[in-house]
Amino acid sequence: MDTIQLSPGDNIVVLTKSVAEGSGVSIEDRVFYLPVALGLGHKVAARAIRKGDKIIKYGAPIGSATRDIAAGEHVHLHNMKSDYLPTFTLEAAHTFHRTT
Amino acid sequence: MKTLTPDAFLRGDGRKGIRNTVAIVYLVECAHHVAREIQYPFREQDVHLLGFGGCYPNEYSYRMLCKLCSHPNVGAVLLLSLGCEGFNRHGLLTAIRDSGRPAELLVIQESGGTRTTIATGRDWVEKTLRELEATPRAAMALEELVVGTVCGGSDGTSGITANPGIGRAFDRLVSDGATCIFEETGELIGCEQIMASRAASPELAEILTESVTKAAKYYATLGHGSFAPGNADGGLTTQEEKSMGAYSKSGSSAISGLIKPGDVPRRGGLYLLDVVPDGDVRFGFPNINDSAEIAELIACGSHVILFATGRGSVVGSAISPVIKVCANPETFRNLSEDMDVDAGRILEQRGTLDEVGSEIYEQTLDTARGGKTASERLGHQEFVLGYKSFDPTGPGCHPTYQ
Repeated sequence: MDTIQLSPGDNIVVLTKSVAEGSGVSIEDRVFYLPVALGLGHKVAARAIRKGDKIIKYGAPIGSATRDIAAGEHVHLHNMKSDYLPTFTLEAAHTFHRTT
Repeated sequence: MKTLTPDAFLRGDGRKGIRNTVAIVYLVECAHHVAREIQYPFREQDVHLLGFGGCYPNEYSYRMLCKLCSHPNVGAVLLLSLGCEGFNRHGLLTAIRDSGRPAELLVIQESGGTRTTIATGRDWVEKTLRELEATPRAAMALEELVVGTVCGGSDGTSGITANPGIGRAFDRLVSDGATCIFEETGELIGCEQIMASRAASPELAEILTESVTKAAKYYATLGHGSFAPGNADGGLTTQEEKSMGAYSKSGSSAISGLIKPGDVPRRGGLYLLDVVPDGDVRFGFPNINDSAEIAELIACGSHVILFATGRGSVVGSAISPVIKVCANPETFRNLSEDMDVDAGRILEQRGTLDEVGSEIYEQTLDTARGGKTASERLGHQEFVLGYKSFDPTGPGCHPTYQ
């Protein structure tokens, strides 16, 4: 078991171990191949999610999709955002310093 | 009534502690070095260093140090003042002595300088450690235990393993009659409605919701939530996602009240600690790091702290022992010497949430009976205290007191 659905209505699952690039993860009875390596605790879409839809984890909304997300796709900063507060990352700071 | 331990440390004010700590307290950064030098040779004898760095007086930091210096785990206090700072040292000294604890004040400007003050301070600590050997002991019931919880270095595993595991332990402790405190309203943004439904009264439900609204406004003004880059690296994407995971530390008991830093609940139950200042945004971030949150939980009487971590925090604390509950099995293997509970084993089918909850509960009792935690064995005694301002809590915050 490499993913866990935390609540029945969730549209994402959580990785229970780190997975290498190109490896398959099973969600319900389907297998999805990940184009990138992902760490334990990251989220993967359990089904197709439309831009603007809520991302549901623990049975509660944790933000909104900023673009259409396919089933089996990594769900993170690149395709969802908070409905409350912006998220700041070191990567954003690194990009800033690389480009200025 | 369940007995926790037959030989807790009985203080002059009737409260009972699980440690017999001597606190060396600097009242301004200028006295920090002298205080540290006094403490250092005794650092493995339960002599802890804490203090406040600011030169200008602040009601919050004064109240925090009054509560911390009269904490049940503290047996005696040595205050270190430079002499010209704004801190009300005489008020603090009187408050500590009124609580029945031995206390002394050294003012560096009146004590002959650095070397002389260090020598005088060390003599006082030696004498006081001998006196504390005669501290009276008394039986302590589980109902007298106060446990706080915090999470730090959270990742995508925290909300699945360690935090709900602590929630299970909290449920058992609350049903035993103990006092449990969870906190960081800024890390409950997005959970306010679910949380309010657990309030002991409709008025408290409104107060809980308002406390989170206040936090959201505060953080919006700062332009930054309680969210560090490591959280995102660990798979967490948004504040409300982190919140849902953090919220699960509270378990499922009814929420008995809302407290603010320094409020010590008068009876058992589950309490939310509101750590976000009242009024306009004044002194910057509510808590600049995990240690500042831990200090507030301890000022509310916490004898023990349950600390959930995914990325891997190594901190402990002055005054109260910290039990580290590691959410991520990869982190546990990497930092096992710093961890007390391997909650991440749930993800590798090496244990269930109920088993992890029981282990956290048992470790809490063992620590309260004198067992050393990993951070205690490693000498961690972190402490951070800054500037804040709060309005006092009203009667609606404590519906169970009436």
